[in-house]
Amino acid sequence: MTPPSTGQAVDPSRVPDVPLSPPTSNGGLLDVFRRRYLLRLLVRRELSARYQGSFLGMLWSYVQPTVRFLMYYLVLGVLVGFNQRVDYFGVHLFAGMVLVHYFTETFTAGTRSIVRNKAIVKKMAMPREMFPVASMLVSAYHTIPQALVLTVACFIVGWEPDGIGLVAAVLGFLIVATWGTALALLFSAANVFARDFSNIVQTLTAFVHFSVPMIYPFTLVPARFGEDLVGLYLANPLAEAVLLMQRGFWVGVTDDPDATMAAHLPDHLYTRGLVHLGIALVVLVVAQLVFTRLENKFPERL
Amino acid sequence: MSESIVVDQVSKRFTMRFHRTIKQMSIAMLRGQDLSDTFLAVDDVSFSVQQGESIGLMGLNGSGKSTLLKLISGVMRPDSGKVRTRGRIAGLIATGAGFHPQLTGRENVFLNAAILGMSEKETKARFDDIVEFADIGRFLDTPVGHYSSGMFARLGFAVAVHTESDIFLVDEVLAVGDRPFKKKCMARMEEIKKEGRTLFYVSHAPASVRKMCDRVLVLEKGQLAFDGPTNEGIKYLKYDDEDDVNSDENQDDDELGADI
Repeated sequence: MTPPSTGQAVDPSRVPDVPLSPPTSNGGLLDVFRRRYLLRLLVRRELSARYQGSFLGMLWSYVQPTVRFLMYYLVLGVLVGFNQRVDYFGVHLFAGMVLVHYFTETFTAGTRSIVRNKAIVKKMAMPREMFPVASMLVSAYHTIPQALVLTVACFIVGWEPDGIGLVAAVLGFLIVATWGTALALLFSAANVFARDFSNIVQTLTAFVHFSVPMIYPFTLVPARFGEDLVGLYLANPLAEAVLLMQRGFWVGVTDDPDATMAAHLPDHLYTRGLVHLGIALVVLVVAQLVFTRLENKFPERL
Repeated sequence: MSESIVVDQVSKRFTMRFHRTIKQMSIAMLRGQDLSDTFLAVDDVSFSVQQGESIGLMGLNGSGKSTLLKLISGVMRPDSGKVRTRGRIAGLIATGAGFHPQLTGRENVFLNAAILGMSEKETKARFDDIVEFADIGRFLDTPVGHYSSGMFARLGFAVAVHTESDIFLVDEVLAVGDRPFKKKCMARMEEIKKEGRTLFYVSHAPASVRKMCDRVLVLEKGQLAFDGPTNEGIKYLKYDDEDDVNSDENQDDDELGADI
């Protein structure tokens, strides 16, 4: 068929000064950070929507970890007696919980993010990575007050912060943020195809608390499992991140930080941390590639 | 050249899944039923549109119009072939905007405008115009989930028409509006057309297509069956075979798109 001439004169000033390009966005995560204003709106939206219709609202973000903290402290610190074996077990526990809570929040909220926003995903063209990333940022926002509480608690019991420790804590945070974003991307896409995935995520996050050395001291791992399995245990990025976090906060409050480090932290803590961050970044790239493939089917499967 | 939309051998296939749970799927497999079926919603469609043209996209229900519009707007990606556009795209896809039901009208205006690529400043500058056009009054701060379908469509249309864009897509939005609103929309679309934007208009109403569009594309079962001048396109679809009752009222309904 030949395109007909419609006799329409083209006004050259109306022709936009950009090349023809596909209308779909292809930049993935890069596009997300290019459109920061939209991201900010989505984050603000999630902040107000996450606990909509509940009286305590955002307080729930703090009630849950507080209750969990008290439970762990009473059962494992007092009843099992880690209090006597670990200096300042409360700080040891809380430092880990801040990170773990950040991770599970990112993972669960991120997994649901695309399905929850299906009204928009189905009808508007935009980088869909926005939604899991916004979930991750909202969770990070909720982590700030917890980190403040941790800092204040550390100072109360007598904390000597040190530069290396703070860098370690930041490294731990980055590992968790990167893994959280990667998993949120993967599972948010998978959740579009089968809602089972949000249930799988809930099951997975239940394990997280037990797979990291916060409710028990790291020394238990080589003692019970043997030195050979320590490497396997530390292959868990969250275990490594929690140890880095404890290096940042908990080590500084103990009576003899050097002795604590020698006894309670594994060798090559920082090298392992950097390797973990590298792996996390690779996983993030893979997650982005998978997301881009699955994204094509979002509008028809939602 | 000054092409605005280039669609090149584009196909989009949908997969229909009949069974969603493992139990249903295993029973179906035992019985030897199909687990899924596919159909081509858009089948090897090619055309190009110059900047400033207004195109009417017509076809029966299920002929692939909305899918084609989603491909052009970038909501969907074609399975094969290429869609390329020049400049910013705004418009309404499949009756009603992509609004978040839990957010208020006000929040949705900002979110929607941001998705369409407007900055906070641009949105603020046009906010009053948008609200006035949508005419939703005190419901502005109510979650849009509580809106009537007319209000929903009005607000969506209001945001879309006030967005800076080079290509404007409209998909049967007028079907839910009342008569005064439809008139307002037609007037606004004519302005948009005069501004030299590319207009892509999906409608079943021959008179409004005749009025707005220079060229008509007709889809039949996903294939491009006709591409040419408006009157011939409408004739092709046999949408003009109603007897020549040209009473004013009939003309009016025809024009505003009382959907067939």
